[in-house]
Amino acid sequence: MNGPADIGGAHGFGPVTPERDEPIFHAEWERRAFALTLAMGATGLWTIDRSRAVRESLPRPLYYTSTYYEIWLTALERLVADAGVAEGEAVPRQVLTADTVRPAMARGGPVDRPGPAPAFAAGDRVRVKPMRPASHTRAPQYVRGREGTVVRVHGVHVFPDTNAAGAGEAPAPLYNVAFAAETLWGPDTTAADVHVDLFEPYLEPA
Amino acid sequence: MSEDHSHLGDMEVRVRALQSLLEQQGLVDAAALDELVALYEHEVGPQNGAKVVARAWVDEAYAARLFDDATPAIAELGFSGRQGEHMVALANTPEVHNMVVCTLCSCYPWSVLGLPPTWYKTPAYRAKAVADPRGVLEDFGIALPEATRIRVWDSTAEVRYLVVPMRPAGTAGWSEEALAAIVTRDSMIGTGLPVAA
Repeated sequence: MNGPADIGGAHGFGPVTPERDEPIFHAEWERRAFALTLAMGATGLWTIDRSRAVRESLPRPLYYTSTYYEIWLTALERLVADAGVAEGEAVPRQVLTADTVRPAMARGGPVDRPGPAPAFAAGDRVRVKPMRPASHTRAPQYVRGREGTVVRVHGVHVFPDTNAAGAGEAPAPLYNVAFAAETLWGPDTTAADVHVDLFEPYLEPA
Repeated sequence: MSEDHSHLGDMEVRVRALQSLLEQQGLVDAAALDELVALYEHEVGPQNGAKVVARAWVDEAYAARLFDDATPAIAELGFSGRQGEHMVALANTPEVHNMVVCTLCSCYPWSVLGLPPTWYKTPAYRAKAVADPRGVLEDFGIALPEATRIRVWDSTAEVRYLVVPMRPAGTAGWSEEALAAIVTRDSMIGTGLPVAA
């Protein structure tokens, strides 16, 4: 979707202001919001793509005035409500315990899958299709309609657009595509090129 | 970004209410939450990535494996898992400086860098890095030579990128441990450099 999170190239957010000796968490509630989000992710009641989709589809005023972990907590509250947790309808695939946290995190959640042979190879010129999907996507607006060159084939990965919607993993080839920065931003850019990971359904031959 | 006490109090109330609901329904275990916090607050952090970089600086064969297929090469040092399942290592050179961002959210290689700093997650960084990385470097007090090309990597999928900065001059003969100590977190994101040798 063309939501509040898709802001590559936008103005109006001010300079980047690093905090010296920043702590990992700034308040006790942030620790809890973080841990609850990971623990609930492990239950399998929703996918990582769906949780991203919920965060990224918050109303713009709320998104831009919330801190990072406020966004996480707000999204988690919505996911929990949607899953019918309070009504006792949620059946977890697993519940993390103190003993299983470390092995589960060390294993992670790889998203490479068997799937279709890639249509493009390194060196191919491609164009990102023009699109304005109302649902979740990982094709940022700033590359849509632009031409680039495939520099790497990452293999076949879970397709977030369908997975976020509960419509299955629909594995798709994933590419790293290089765009000359001037073709994205004009001559004033200070980048030489911008590399973006893009799924095959976003692309067409250029 | 209000941080007054009543606001923090609201967040505390919300998070407690949610936790007690989830515990009541048997979906989360309080001891597991403590372990998750301990793991990512105290154990998984940029010291992991610094070891990878230092090894790449001293061991050419390791560097070759790292740049060929980073995930198993990083796993050789014991680092794997969540938000590091599909790793790619990027070599900085005098010609090309790499910078990593996630314009859409906050994708970041947890297994080697830990949880991202706040600035990495802010709209300010996500908006600016892809168009004006030199401006970002200025925000960090860094000026690179004009001739150095800046390549920005937007982590839009589940592939995570680790920048391998150039080994500073004057470090010949240093131990791997001493080298790892000068590899800063920001130098592995591309918004910093190793601290002066």
